[in-house]
Amino acid sequence: MGGLGLREVWRFAARGITANRMRSSLTVLGVLIGVSSVIVLTAVGNGSALAVKQGIEKLGTNSILVMSSGGAGRFSRSSNSNAKGLTIADAKALNDPATAPDVKMAAPILNASGTCTYGNLSSTPQNITGTWASYFEASNSPIDKGYYWSNDDVVAGRPVVIIGTTVATDLFGTDSPLNEVIRCKGQSVTVVGVMKSKGSTGGFQDADSIVIAPITFVQRSMSGYGSLSQIQVEATNASTTTAAMDEVTTIMSAQHKIKAGANADYRVLNQASILASSTTSSHTLTVLLAAIAAISLLVGGIGITNIMLVSVTERTREIGIRKAIGAPKSAILTQFLIEAMLLSLMGGISGVALGVGISHFTVLGVKPVVSLTSVLLAFIVSALVGLIFGGWPANRAASLRPIEALRYE
Amino acid sequence: MSQFAPPVVKIEGITKVFGQGETAVHALRGVSLEIEQGEFVAIMGASGSGKTTLMNILGCLDIPTEGDYWIRNLNVADLDEEQLSVVRSQLIGFVFQSFNLIPRTSAAQNVELPLAYQGVSLSERRKRALAALESVGLGDRGRHEPQELSGGQQQRVAIARALVTNPAMVLADEPTGALDTQSTKEILELLHKINAMGSTVIVITHEEEVARAARRMIRLRDGQVVEDTKWVA
Ligand SMILES: Nc1ncnc2c1ncn2[C@@H]1O[C@H](COP(=O)(O)OP(=O)(O)OP(=O)(O)O)[C@@H](O)[C@H]1O
Ligand SMILES: [Mg+2]
Repeated sequence: MGGLGLREVWRFAARGITANRMRSSLTVLGVLIGVSSVIVLTAVGNGSALAVKQGIEKLGTNSILVMSSGGAGRFSRSSNSNAKGLTIADAKALNDPATAPDVKMAAPILNASGTCTYGNLSSTPQNITGTWASYFEASNSPIDKGYYWSNDDVVAGRPVVIIGTTVATDLFGTDSPLNEVIRCKGQSVTVVGVMKSKGSTGGFQDADSIVIAPITFVQRSMSGYGSLSQIQVEATNASTTTAAMDEVTTIMSAQHKIKAGANADYRVLNQASILASSTTSSHTLTVLLAAIAAISLLVGGIGITNIMLVSVTERTREIGIRKAIGAPKSAILTQFLIEAMLLSLMGGISGVALGVGISHFTVLGVKPVVSLTSVLLAFIVSALVGLIFGGWPANRAASLRPIEALRYE
Repeated sequence: MSQFAPPVVKIEGITKVFGQGETAVHALRGVSLEIEQGEFVAIMGASGSGKTTLMNILGCLDIPTEGDYWIRNLNVADLDEEQLSVVRSQLIGFVFQSFNLIPRTSAAQNVELPLAYQGVSLSERRKRALAALESVGLGDRGRHEPQELSGGQQQRVAIARALVTNPAMVLADEPTGALDTQSTKEILELLHKINAMGSTVIVITHEEEVARAARRMIRLRDGQVVEDTKWVA
C-alpha cells in the first residue's frame, strides 16, 4: 500500500462508517451481541463448573469413599452373585492403625429414606443416615446448635438425631428444635443438634436436607441389618490420601477375599476422581455454551459482510476515481479491510465491556467467572471476523476494473 | 524536448468493440497516433465518435480490443495490474468533466491522494498539495470539502490533483463541459500553465475556443481519425 499512511487509511474507514451511522451501529451491534454472548456464556459455564468443584471441596479434602459395586448396597442386586455388601466389619478393619496408618478414621454409612414429622409439619430428608460419632470429624459437618451424639449413643442405639437446617426449618420454622421429639419413619427420636448450613453444592443434592442418627438405631428400627451404603474414610492429611486409598484397597480386598486381578465388589473413590468426572461434565457444558455463542458471532460476521458489500457498492465510483489517480489494488484492499476490522473491533470492544459487565451479575443462578482467555479470544476472533467476513467484499472492491467503477452511477 | 526522446504516446491500429454479435458497437476502428512530450492536443468530434473511449485507453483505464499502445516505449499490453497502477500514478493525470473529487474529503486531502499512492511522506505531501492548490488559485480553500465549492473551483481542485505528481501527460475529458465562460477561461489558462511546465496535455472538447488554445487538433468521426492538424500558437 506504499506510503498511504495510517491517517488516510483511518480517514477512509471513518468516512465509510460515519456515512450511515444507523447502519454501522446495527452492524456493530451484531458483533457486540456475538462477542458479549461468548464472554457471558463461557463465564456461566466456568461459573457452574467452579460451583460444582467448590461444592465437592466442601466435603473435605481428605475424604475417601468406599462404595459397593456390582450388587450390594443401594443398587440393584444383579450380575455379580459373589458380591458381598459393605459391612460394619469392613469399617472396623479400616480403623486399624497397624494396617492402615494413613487412615485417620473410617465410619460406616447406612442410608434410609423416610419422612420426619413434628406435630402436623413434615419434612422428607434426602437421607436418614446412620453412622458412628467419628463421622462428624470425617464429613466436615460443624454443628450450629446443640451437640453431637456420642459413641455411647451408638453403643446403646439411642434414638437421638442431628438434623440439617432444611429439616429444622421444615419442622420448626424459626423455633429451636433442640431436645424436641420428632417422628422419623414412625420412630420417635430426640433432636440433640442442628448442623451448620452447607449451602447448596450446585448439584441436585441439598446437603442440608439430612437427619443423622446412630447406626445401631437405624439398623434396629429403620433399615434392618443389611449391607452398608458406603464407608466414609478420612485420610490423616491431604498428602497421604493416595497412600490411604491403597491401604483401604488392600484391607477391603482381604475382607472381601478378592483375589489379585479379579474384579472387586467395591470401589474406592476420592475427591480427585469425583472432581475429574464433574469437571468433564461441566467442561462439556462450557463447550456447548461457547458453541451457541460462536454461532451468534458468526451471524454478526455475516452482518459485516453485508454492510461491507453495501459500502463497496456505494463507493464504486470512488474506487474508480482512486484507481484512475494511481491507487494500487493493495491500497483499496487494505482500506476496505481496515474499515471492516474497525467495525468488528468496535463491536468486539463494546462486546467485551458488556460481557464483562453482565458477568458481574448472577446469570441463571450461576455466578459467572470471566476467563481472560475468553476475553482475549473474543477480541481476536472479532478482529478476525472483520478480516474474514470483510475480506470478500474488500477483494471485490479492489478487483474492480477502473473503467467499470468509474462508469458506475 | 530532445528530438530523440520517445513519443509519450504511440498507438497503432487501436480498435475498441463494445458488446458482441448483433449489438456490437465499434467505438474505435483503427486509430494510430504519436504524441510527443510537451504537446498540447485537442481531440474533437461529434458525440459518440469515440473520444472518451480513446482517452480511457490512453489513460490505461481501459484496454483496446486490438492494436498496440506504448507509453514512453513501455508496451502497455505487457504490464500487469500492479504495474498499470504505477503508470497511472507516475505518468498520468486525469481531469474529468464531472470533476470526480472524492466526496466528504477536503480539497487538500483530494490533492494529496495521488502523492499518498506514490508513497510520498506526509509533510512532503502537504507541502506539494498546498503548492498545487496555490497554483490553481485555491491556496485558501484547502480545508473545504467538494460540496462547499463551486463547479469551477472543484474543477480547479481536480486540476491541482492531476498536476501535483508532475505527470508526463494530463488527460482532460471535456473539463469545461459543465462550466460557464469565465471558469472555462480560468481552466484553459491552467492547462496552458501545466503544458508550459513540460507536461503533455490532451483535452477532449466540443468547444472551438478550447480547441484554439491547443497546438494540435485531432478530429474523430465514427471511431477514426479524420483530421490531424498542428499549428504554432
Ligand atoms: N461501456 C460501453 N458499452 C457499450 N458501448 C459503449 C460503451 N462506452 C461507449 N460506448 C459506445 O461507444 C461509442 C463511443 O463512445 P464515446 O463515449 O467514446 O463517445 P464520445 O466521443 O466521448 O461522445 P461524447 O462527446 O458524447 O462524450 C458510442 O457509440 C457509445 O455508445
Ligand atoms: Mg465523451
